[in-house]
Amino acid sequence: MKLVKSLFGPKTRGRSISFALVIVAYIVISILQSAGSIPRMISSLLVPVCCYIVAAIGLNMNVGISGELNLGQAGFMSVGGFSAAITNAVLLNTVSNDFVRLLICIVIGALIAGFVGWLISIPVLKLEGDYLAIVTLAFGQIIMSLMNNLYVGFDADGIHFGFINNTMQLGEGGKMIVSGPMGVTGNKMISTFTVGFILILISLLVVYNIIYSKEGRAIQACRDNKIAAETIGIKVSSTKTLAFVVSSALGGAAGALYMMNYSSVAATKFDFNTSILILVYVVLGGLGNMTGTLISTSVLVLLPEMLRFLSSYRMLVYAIVLIVMMIVTNNEQIKTFFEKFKKQKGVQAHE
Amino acid sequence: MSETREKVLEVRNLGIDFGGLTAVNNLDLDIYKGEIYGLIGPNGAGKTTVFNMLTKVYQPTRGTIKIAGKDMDKLNPVQANQVGVARTFQNIRLFSNMSVLDNVKTGMHNELKYGLFTSILRLPKYYKLEKESTQKAMELLKIFGLDQFADLTAGNLPYGAQRRLEIARALATDPKLLLLDEPAAGMNPQETEDLMDMIRKIRNHFDISILLIEHDMKLVMGICERITVLNFGQVLAQGLPQEIQSNTEVVKAYIGE
Repeated sequence: MKLVKSLFGPKTRGRSISFALVIVAYIVISILQSAGSIPRMISSLLVPVCCYIVAAIGLNMNVGISGELNLGQAGFMSVGGFSAAITNAVLLNTVSNDFVRLLICIVIGALIAGFVGWLISIPVLKLEGDYLAIVTLAFGQIIMSLMNNLYVGFDADGIHFGFINNTMQLGEGGKMIVSGPMGVTGNKMISTFTVGFILILISLLVVYNIIYSKEGRAIQACRDNKIAAETIGIKVSSTKTLAFVVSSALGGAAGALYMMNYSSVAATKFDFNTSILILVYVVLGGLGNMTGTLISTSVLVLLPEMLRFLSSYRMLVYAIVLIVMMIVTNNEQIKTFFEKFKKQKGVQAHE
Repeated sequence: MSETREKVLEVRNLGIDFGGLTAVNNLDLDIYKGEIYGLIGPNGAGKTTVFNMLTKVYQPTRGTIKIAGKDMDKLNPVQANQVGVARTFQNIRLFSNMSVLDNVKTGMHNELKYGLFTSILRLPKYYKLEKESTQKAMELLKIFGLDQFADLTAGNLPYGAQRRLEIARALATDPKLLLLDEPAAGMNPQETEDLMDMIRKIRNHFDISILLIEHDMKLVMGICERITVLNFGQVLAQGLPQEIQSNTEVVKAYIGE
């Protein structure tokens, strides 16, 4: 009972809708999957959809709640993904249970990406607005270039690192985990849709619980008015750092899950385009609106596949859908309709 | 003004230079517990600059500020608030996308002693402290007649209500000294009348000192117990309202010769 209350407590309308949406979607998809009525093309996208949702929820924390435009979320996915791939290879023989190993990989991916996020936030959060966005973009590119030149091997002696040139002499039975531009190779695929689903629930829980706490109020206060936030005793820099680190840690977890879904992933997968793609999901879902992010991410990741029957007109239709979504989500009349709806619900909740 | 009362604010020889320009110079100010003090002067006299120095938004070039005996020399704005200074702004600075209730609860940030993990894991402590702070915030909103707006977005409030909400948010930080920067700006005579009652009520209810900047002389002369007049960053006169009103220097500064 207490758990139910803590998940669906009062003053958390949007929150309950998000959770209900995710759980219902999971049940429906699981049933369809066991009945075998989901085409392969879609079912192979289920885990990536989960990854993009988690990354987008994290980014929404930074862009929507904290109000800092971040163009480097793919960089954190990359950090999380590569750390997870290394962890996976190292623990392959020690931890034989795939599920447990996947969880360890995701946790390590999130922690390392969170740490990198914290390091990057130190210079980045000294800036504001456009400048901050440009610097996050640059850091995203730097991370991609670093990963593109990274060599990691593993043998009986432990882990070996190399940079730019592969001069590694691996011992008997050793193997390369990360080989430069080829990226991660020979990764054991252990991601499952269920883990993706759990990860979405956890990230929603973390983000919502932060939003509806004193830290969340402080983050939003710093977004709305820095000077006023300072004069009522809120430390602006540490508050903004918190949002940035949570965002990058969720990006790292998403990257870890993504990496574990493929046997090989190149570093260039997590490039600027991926960052922008995630930002598009966030913006179209609505800044600070997690339910919207869930829907927009699912639709926009699946849409290109769904539109395959249109062959060469595919991307044209995709673009038109994007434009229509932008117009609809920015329409004043539609907005006021939803506002009214919200207000009525709020009054009812009070009575 | 008996000297035995506890001094909340003690300013000595305060001054600040911006490059070659001396914005405020040689300011002495004593405010006692429970006093309503007025800071007036023509436009550009340096009144808001004084507020910015008291809240440590600006670092003074000279002089000392003591709040309840504590030296403010090396503090930043966040620490200044923790020592007990809270303020409102001339141009309203609310958290306009947050609810009215959350605006006030944000003011209790440092009072709410629970950590990040308590809030992520939703431990019982979270519910207990949040409930307490919501109650306290609602009480505060009630005093300002804002309780029926608690769930509204702060930016959608009418102008007068926004000004009151800003005062409520400042009071939520539990200050010793409240700085009001032109609280009556943009208000009609009736609203100003209500505001005067409210300021007195705040002083009595919270037992704090209030320093206010205002151009509305009816308000200043009506509620301030003592007044300092600034002109070009210098103290022109200091004293009781009736002394200020009859001071020829002050009249000259305002109206011209």
